[in-house]
Amino acid sequence: MSTDTEQVTADGLRDRVRQLVAEHPVATTARLDFLRARFDAGLAWVHYPVGLGGLGAPRSLQSVVDAELGAAGAPDNDPRRIGIGLGMAAPTILGFGTDEQRTRLLRPLWTGEEVWCQLFSEPGAGSDLAALGTRAARDGDTWVIDGQKVWTSSAHLARWAILIARTDPDLPKHRGISYFICDMTDPGVEVRPLRQITGEAEFNEVFLTGVRIPDSRRLGEVGEGWKVAQTTLMNERVAIGGGRVPREGGMIGRIATVWRERPELRTHDLHQRLLGLWVEAEAARLAGERLRQQLAMGQPGPEGSAMKLAFARLNQEISGLEVELLGEEGLLYDDWTLRRPELVDFTGREAGYRYLRAKGNSIEGGTSEVLLNIVAERVLGLPSEPRTDKDLPWKDLPR
Amino acid sequence: MSTPDMLSSEADLLYSEAEDDLRAAVRSLLADRCPPSAVLAEAERRRPYDPALWRSLAVEMGTAGLLVPDKLGGQGATAREAAVVLEELGRSVAPVPYLTSGVLAVSALLGCDTDEEQVARLLGALAEGRAVGALALPLSTAPGGAPPATVTAGADGALSGRIGGVAGAVGADVLLVPAEGPDGYGLYAVDIDAPGITGGGGGVTGGVTVEPLTSLDLTRPLAALHFAQAPARRLAGPDRARAAVGRALMAGAGLLASEQLGLAEWCLAETVRHTKERHQFGRPIGSFQALKHRMARLWLGLVSARAAARHAADALAADSLEVPIAVAVAQSYCARVAVHAAEECVQLHGGIGMTWEHPAHLYLKRAKSDEIALGTPGRHREALAGLVDLPAPVG
Repeated sequence: MSTDTEQVTADGLRDRVRQLVAEHPVATTARLDFLRARFDAGLAWVHYPVGLGGLGAPRSLQSVVDAELGAAGAPDNDPRRIGIGLGMAAPTILGFGTDEQRTRLLRPLWTGEEVWCQLFSEPGAGSDLAALGTRAARDGDTWVIDGQKVWTSSAHLARWAILIARTDPDLPKHRGISYFICDMTDPGVEVRPLRQITGEAEFNEVFLTGVRIPDSRRLGEVGEGWKVAQTTLMNERVAIGGGRVPREGGMIGRIATVWRERPELRTHDLHQRLLGLWVEAEAARLAGERLRQQLAMGQPGPEGSAMKLAFARLNQEISGLEVELLGEEGLLYDDWTLRRPELVDFTGREAGYRYLRAKGNSIEGGTSEVLLNIVAERVLGLPSEPRTDKDLPWKDLPR
Repeated sequence: MSTPDMLSSEADLLYSEAEDDLRAAVRSLLADRCPPSAVLAEAERRRPYDPALWRSLAVEMGTAGLLVPDKLGGQGATAREAAVVLEELGRSVAPVPYLTSGVLAVSALLGCDTDEEQVARLLGALAEGRAVGALALPLSTAPGGAPPATVTAGADGALSGRIGGVAGAVGADVLLVPAEGPDGYGLYAVDIDAPGITGGGGGVTGGVTVEPLTSLDLTRPLAALHFAQAPARRLAGPDRARAAVGRALMAGAGLLASEQLGLAEWCLAETVRHTKERHQFGRPIGSFQALKHRMARLWLGLVSARAAARHAADALAADSLEVPIAVAVAQSYCARVAVHAAEECVQLHGGIGMTWEHPAHLYLKRAKSDEIALGTPGRHREALAGLVDLPAPVG
């Protein structure tokens, strides 16, 4: 197959898809073999470089490939299961990795053969992530890692982790951090389920004790880890933005269905509140659709952070109203068994679960309070918070 | 019943290049001719509107005829363009009869038989800005059909009765009056021969008294209309009049959302500007989270308000089946955002925000009036209950 990157067009992509499907018939090719062949054909993520699953084409053309392959009944890489790898690890490896790292890691990341997790947050470093205390001490050509990470989705499934750790405690907090790739199968890595208010353990705590990481698995320069992490976090917010949603597509659809099917539960007070939330959910849905149209036209705006804030509040209020609407049934819960789900579905399970799970929506991926600061400072241009710790050596920070 | 979504998914929620150009032109005119100080001075002058500004906007820029087809003397544009004009008018709380003449009156006429010479002639006059029209209904009237007429038409076509709280009537050249005639509901035109009624005493012309009221909104004056055997021409009879009035109210409510959007945008921008400059406790007050978060939340509301207002304008432009839902969503959402933005603007300005000289009160008064205009948010939510099958409890 040609690897000519000049002038990749929608028609050219359709030809490539036809060729891929001709050479690897969907009906007779094993799922993993097909995904590997798709990656090698440059049709995994067309905006990536040739040889790394892409064709150096505009990102907007990916939808052409996805539509063609969908129509051909081809298997996908189950993107929801490997969201951290696709959304956060991959762009960071692409941006800061060596050729060797990119070649070794990106293909199994994209096919889902190797799951990734993110070792960023710590018990003492949440919103103030740059204050993290996990140490990386140099020992010749390796780094010795000691510390504790938390809120780690998929850690129990992961082969690799993106990790930030402190390489120089004498520098101010943002400057003494480096960025590593951690092998989750190495000695000294211990993953423990972290049970949540829903009863299940969607996240983990990860204890790192004398874990040895070769210097060749560092991303970016020593002390530049915070800058590298910005790439990861920027992509996290893009990933949380979401795709097209039909009317009543989210949490509001669940309560609307209950309302229609259970007239005996209706009261005037609940009716007023339901209509108010329905309007807000519809306005937020339209805002998401407008954002999608802006992105499709190549006009990205700051509205993405608005979406996350709006949906966090709406999910919480709507699920809370649904539990209340259910009355006597709202007193019950479906199942408190400790489970370790591979996928998270905010609208899944019953109203009580949704109510409790939605509490995380205003915390995960940046708390609503921090996001409001970001909107105020970066969108509205308001003066920033006083930062008294900015120039102090990390080791001297009050804690 | 499942709610219709197929049409809404095709709505274009962005602004076209031509719409951006129109916005720039209107904004530039208003920045030059209608700064807040001029709005306050105009309101104190107690004229119904600024005739020179209206002439520039309506005649020279042609905005009065945006909704009117070319062949009837208009610009042949759509509700999408009218919405952009209204955003800018809201941003400057401009005292011009655009919503009342260019949207409400024009939309009512477009619902009549435009092949009829008198309808076409009137539309042409409004479209070209040669005359100002007003739909004679209380500004608070919600869409969802035509309300019962409070005016009756005699066999000779003369009108009698009273209509209160009409916007855009003071200073109008022609009133479009819904009235109950001998053969049913109709829409009638009443000419006001002596335009420019001044002072508080009102004027009597041809059996109509236009009595100016003291309105909450200083920039959109209201009047009570008294008809005493006022000569009138019937524009539409029972077959079309109700639909024409209903259509006008729907267009007005949907496009009012864009005015509310523009108004809220000014309130946020002005509040941000003030809190960046104003220092207390040795810091700009905009650096305090208690204030910052309030402004960030306003911005969130604006993001959704813009999408909802664009959705309503696009649905009206396409005359789609979505219109009643899109308008009810936009009006119930944007009305609240505008009031909230204006209230926050007053509060976050502190003492100066309470003064007559600062323009914040002009915006608050417009926002609160707009909340009631063309249906309160609650009325629109109740309409949605039927439109999207979320019925109220029985009993």
